[in-house]
Amino acid sequence: MAAQIFHDAEVDLAHRARWWSGRVAVYGALAFWALICLFPIYWTVTTSFKMAPDVMKGNMIPFWDYTPKWLGWRSLGLSPDTIGAQSTVRDEFLKRFMNSVITSVSASGLAVILGSLAAYGLSRFSYRFGFMRNSDISFFFLSQLILPPVVLALPFLVLYKELALLDTRIGLVLLYTLTVLPIVIWIMRDQFAGIPTELEEAALVDGLSIWGAFATIVMPIALPGMVAAFILSLVLTWNEYFFAALLTSTHANTLPVMVASQTGSQGISWWSMAALSFAAILPLIVIGVALERFIIKGMAAGAVK
Amino acid sequence: MSAGDLLHTVTNDNLSAQRVALGRWLVRGSAAILVLVAAAQGAQVAGLRDFGFANWRPTLYAYALWSVCLCWGQVLMRGEQGKRVLFVLPAVLFVLSMAVLPLIFGLGIAFSDWNLASPTGRKFNGLANLAQMWADPFYWNALKNMVWYVLAILPEYAIAFALALLLNAEIRARKFFRVAFLLPLMLSPVAVSWMVGKSMMEIRFGPLARLARWAGWDSPSFFGSPEMARFMIMAMDAWTFIPFMMIMILAGLQAIPREVQEAARVDGASGWRGFWEVTFPLMLPVSLTAILIRIIFKLKLADIIINVTAGGPGGATDSVTSFIFREYRDRSNVGYGTLLAMVYLVLIVIAMTILMKLADRWMRPKY
Repeated sequence: MAAQIFHDAEVDLAHRARWWSGRVAVYGALAFWALICLFPIYWTVTTSFKMAPDVMKGNMIPFWDYTPKWLGWRSLGLSPDTIGAQSTVRDEFLKRFMNSVITSVSASGLAVILGSLAAYGLSRFSYRFGFMRNSDISFFFLSQLILPPVVLALPFLVLYKELALLDTRIGLVLLYTLTVLPIVIWIMRDQFAGIPTELEEAALVDGLSIWGAFATIVMPIALPGMVAAFILSLVLTWNEYFFAALLTSTHANTLPVMVASQTGSQGISWWSMAALSFAAILPLIVIGVALERFIIKGMAAGAVK
Repeated sequence: MSAGDLLHTVTNDNLSAQRVALGRWLVRGSAAILVLVAAAQGAQVAGLRDFGFANWRPTLYAYALWSVCLCWGQVLMRGEQGKRVLFVLPAVLFVLSMAVLPLIFGLGIAFSDWNLASPTGRKFNGLANLAQMWADPFYWNALKNMVWYVLAILPEYAIAFALALLLNAEIRARKFFRVAFLLPLMLSPVAVSWMVGKSMMEIRFGPLARLARWAGWDSPSFFGSPEMARFMIMAMDAWTFIPFMMIMILAGLQAIPREVQEAARVDGASGWRGFWEVTFPLMLPVSLTAILIRIIFKLKLADIIINVTAGGPGGATDSVTSFIFREYRDRSNVGYGTLLAMVYLVLIVIAMTILMKLADRWMRPKY
């Protein structure tokens, strides 16, 4: 074989080495952070299949250093051998689960409806409520974001007691709606501002009323934004703990409250704790993986103008 | 028709006098019902006469009725203009009744001694709560901790920025990494505090403790010393919220036109200098927005603290929210807790106003 005639110059070779080391560093950093993000979830899943000795020994890899058992899931009544039978624990869990679903979905839905309407109005018309102009009204809504929950918690405790709304789902729904409303308005204002008014003008010329134009022309265009706002609200309300811990006791408990109150008399049974935690975070993991696009869209809405 | 509308409409409202009258009658009638019911309930509470109300629900229903009639009345009375008001009015009414009224009500509670468990009920005690607060070392300690917690946002921001840069680089499997990096934000803080704070940091078998032992820390204790415990809380909170800042910064990075960086590279600013002199200044507005929102969320920090350390050791990890939560749980004194929260709110509003003014000044272009 003849000697190679065309060589890479020394400089180019050095350049390629630098490129390779750069790649390795980038992927190393990415993999490292992915590990940090995913390991706790992995730990939760695997722990839910462990037995006491496995937990104590700190075994980590299923089938290799321990045999998975359904212990954790049995304590929730969700293992294969108990799923068919009556189980009070499972009923309890399902009740909490449904509470969480109902409160978070209806609060997010209500917030998206109220917030979208308000954001649309503010982006299209100029209002005067007393001394308040559009910018003041916007600020009035958005300033609610600063309000820490703790300021409202105790007054609401007293008010709800008087109104017999303590420990009811409707009470939680109202409060959760309030907490996510500013975020919804923030996202939706941005969405509507990006829709040209000519569209509605054309619709109005064609004889639709304002509300008709909103429902048939604007809503479909803004739908991705509304979905983003809805999902972001869903994440926040599903995970909410503070209000739920204060304002509910037996009937309207949500999952986070159930998770937090799982300390038995003989220490913590980590396997059932892990199973319960995993059941509590699973819906959002699914949503996060499936609808990641919308979540990112929602969070990016306010960032970039 | 007011000037300044983005969407101009020309409609001829032929509102009949009947319709306007009906609208007015609806609003006034429902308001009268509300006043009547509230007065009746007030009279019962005052002990004047027993109407047989079990709770304040009737007033709530009357209030809801009045709200609906008010919205409906707008359309009846003002036609096209009313339909526009209808977009904003429900949200305004909602926030007014859910945030502003309870805040005013809370102000009343804040200056009283009210133990929900005791039968004596509410006693106005003037500024006694304020004096008690002034002498409460734990509250000041919690406020001091909040300063630490807020300062922890700066390293969080640095990490989030680095991650956003990584995700914005030319990499494969970008979607996988984006989803993986986003996941911590989706997890419930309560589950995180149990599975990470209590299980993974368990001294005997937790994987983090084993890692620490392997790294040469003989007896790892994550919540033993005050500094360490505070750091761990910060780390867990950072873990859940770094994705939030990361996404915002990533969106900002993607909005920077590629030409700008290419131009900078042609001019000889590459790598480190290109970042500091081109990318970072361009990202300043987005960064400030992200940090401000993160501060707002940080000020609500409580779930992790309540579940992992309950404020310990010795109040070293207490945030204001978790402190008030415990204060209420232990003594069920609504009055004092509300006052603490109100003072916190005032401090937050002052601090955020100053911060936003400063941010506004920084964001204004200098050239």
